[in-house]
Amino acid sequence: MRSFLSKQCDAVYVRKSWETESGRSQQLWAGLAELGALGLQVPETRGGLGMNEVDMVLLLEECGRAALPEPFAETAAVAAPLLASLNDCAEAQSILSAIAQGSAIVTPSHEINPFVSDAHIADFVLLSRGDEIHLLKRDQIEAELQESSDPCRKLFKLRWTPAVGSRVAAGQQGRSLSDDMLNRAALAVAAQQLGVATRLTDMAVAYACEREQFGKAIGSFQAVKHQLANVAVRVEFARPVVARAAFCVATEAAERSVAVSHAKIAACEAATAAAKTALQVHGAIGYTWEVDLQIWMKRAWALDKTWGASRVHQARIAAALLGGEAAPSFGFSV
Amino acid sequence: MDTADGFEAHRRWEQTLNEGRWAMVPWPRKYGGRGANLIEWLIFEEEYFRAGAPGRVNQNGIFLLGPTLMDFGTEEQKARYLPPMASSREVWAQGWSEPNAGSDMAAIRASARKQGGSYIINGQKTWCSRAAFADWLFGIFRTDPDSQRHRGLTFILVPLNAKGITVRPIAQLDGETGFAEVFFDDVEVPLANRLGEENQGWKVAMATAGFERGLMLRSPARFQATAKRLLELYKRHAAEVDDSVRNAVLKAWMDAEAYCLNTYKTASQLIAGGSIGAESSLNKIFWSELDVHMHETALSILDARAEILPTAPEAGDVDGWLGGFLFSMAGPIYAGTNEIQRNVIAERLLGLPRA
Repeated sequence: MRSFLSKQCDAVYVRKSWETESGRSQQLWAGLAELGALGLQVPETRGGLGMNEVDMVLLLEECGRAALPEPFAETAAVAAPLLASLNDCAEAQSILSAIAQGSAIVTPSHEINPFVSDAHIADFVLLSRGDEIHLLKRDQIEAELQESSDPCRKLFKLRWTPAVGSRVAAGQQGRSLSDDMLNRAALAVAAQQLGVATRLTDMAVAYACEREQFGKAIGSFQAVKHQLANVAVRVEFARPVVARAAFCVATEAAERSVAVSHAKIAACEAATAAAKTALQVHGAIGYTWEVDLQIWMKRAWALDKTWGASRVHQARIAAALLGGEAAPSFGFSV
Repeated sequence: MDTADGFEAHRRWEQTLNEGRWAMVPWPRKYGGRGANLIEWLIFEEEYFRAGAPGRVNQNGIFLLGPTLMDFGTEEQKARYLPPMASSREVWAQGWSEPNAGSDMAAIRASARKQGGSYIINGQKTWCSRAAFADWLFGIFRTDPDSQRHRGLTFILVPLNAKGITVRPIAQLDGETGFAEVFFDDVEVPLANRLGEENQGWKVAMATAGFERGLMLRSPARFQATAKRLLELYKRHAAEVDDSVRNAVLKAWMDAEAYCLNTYKTASQLIAGGSIGAESSLNKIFWSELDVHMHETALSILDARAEILPTAPEAGDVDGWLGGFLFSMAGPIYAGTNEIQRNVIAERLLGLPRA
């Protein structure tokens, strides 16, 4: 995945995507299908690899490292496993095959976000409202573009009319799928943020080794070293938290919501700290449109607030830890 | 632990632990352990802290020198030192720092001159943890008088009852004598007390420091136990504090979990044959800052009672939070200051140029 993206999704490609109408590349999408990445969590009976979240977060980290504009996380890490759980829905099952082949883009819509990503190219929107889940075709929605500070992100205000025919789950199943959507998407954001944080740190280190002031590389000054070391600490201690959350989602562990919220907070803190530090290390040149640093800084800031800002995830953890239940235990249990 | 009576009570507890082979479970059976792997050791630690069992008076021995002896000691040295270390019949102090060699540890001047079958040690060590009551001291001494910096140093084990040693206890912030100055005046120790090769002491000491910053000294259960007590304290006072305190409590819990998860990751890597080097500096910064954060949060919940000692008539549930806070403030200093750790991370992990 890293080698594929470093060739197919370098900074030149990312900048080029800002200029095109869709901002997306069919060739790149086809390449992701060919790799097996799009079908990683599609069951083998539907032409996928039948792997799980523990595997998927490794790919998502690479997406963050490359600042991939395409809705890979939305389709492959969020929509695909949700559709796979709709055993009785023939349409959902047929979409799964299309996802694995690269011929269907599915984007999730959840009340936690005001806007939906990639509605302009999505073949389907998997929508959670209240205790209902709807599967909407492109002609059943109207989408109005909301320009993002990250030119890669295509966000839309969605308009749609509820119809009995589009409903694929309701009641207890709908509520559970809604939680599942939020957990999978927040986990996907966390995993991407690890890659974003790592890339930002790498760029700042490279610049600090090259840029000279007072006759030596600025990276030899402690004031610079210590800021970058602090970022390294946050990234190091976020990575196993994301891995644990992936394991909890994969095993449907009772504590998965808490584990995912922890991962979202920890990885977003690491990425936003990396963005702030990388900019400071670059100085004025980092503040320019021309330098590629902006690609990853803006991604870090955008992802920090999507699928629940820290406040939302703190509240979920607080409810579990402070809700009158016994205090959490040791080790892996929460 | 840092009074004469308390020290002996802790020593008796260690002997009780050792009788059940619980003193150092990852050590081989022949040295008093159970041959447990690192994951089993972490489980032991979880149970130890869950039970609220006493602090480990011989931690310099069992967690720092013990693993170093396993790596660098001869068979005779292991057989000689490890069993009485496991039983705490011999309690160890460390002797790294000197008055003019703190963060700059390579500036060490205390000397060990070879004479026949002995080293003759002269000089001064300071901030020697547990030296006020311990039986032995390990440290590094300059064996090559013409050497500079980290070359020419040798790791030597010194009995604190040897002739020519003066121990002057130093009262710490809480008034107890947790560390001491040690003066060496023509102290004679056999050459057999050398650990590792002569003039290679820096390498041995760095391994010991790695254990200190890394896995052994601060097992995650210690911080998870504190995080759990903090949650309970917060629940009792939730109505009196605002959401910023709640968020600080949640951060304490999250970071204690993260530290635990990262430790399991490291242990898995070690079991699979990997090693940890400069990564232990990431660890040391994380646990020391976590400990400070948890105790600062506890004091903010206790509010105006935060300064009250547990012995005060109206102490209520102040418990050991103030004492823990004072101790936590030492964390960013001992085992190598966090500034030194940041240099290590920047230079050895990130690849930034040396100053």
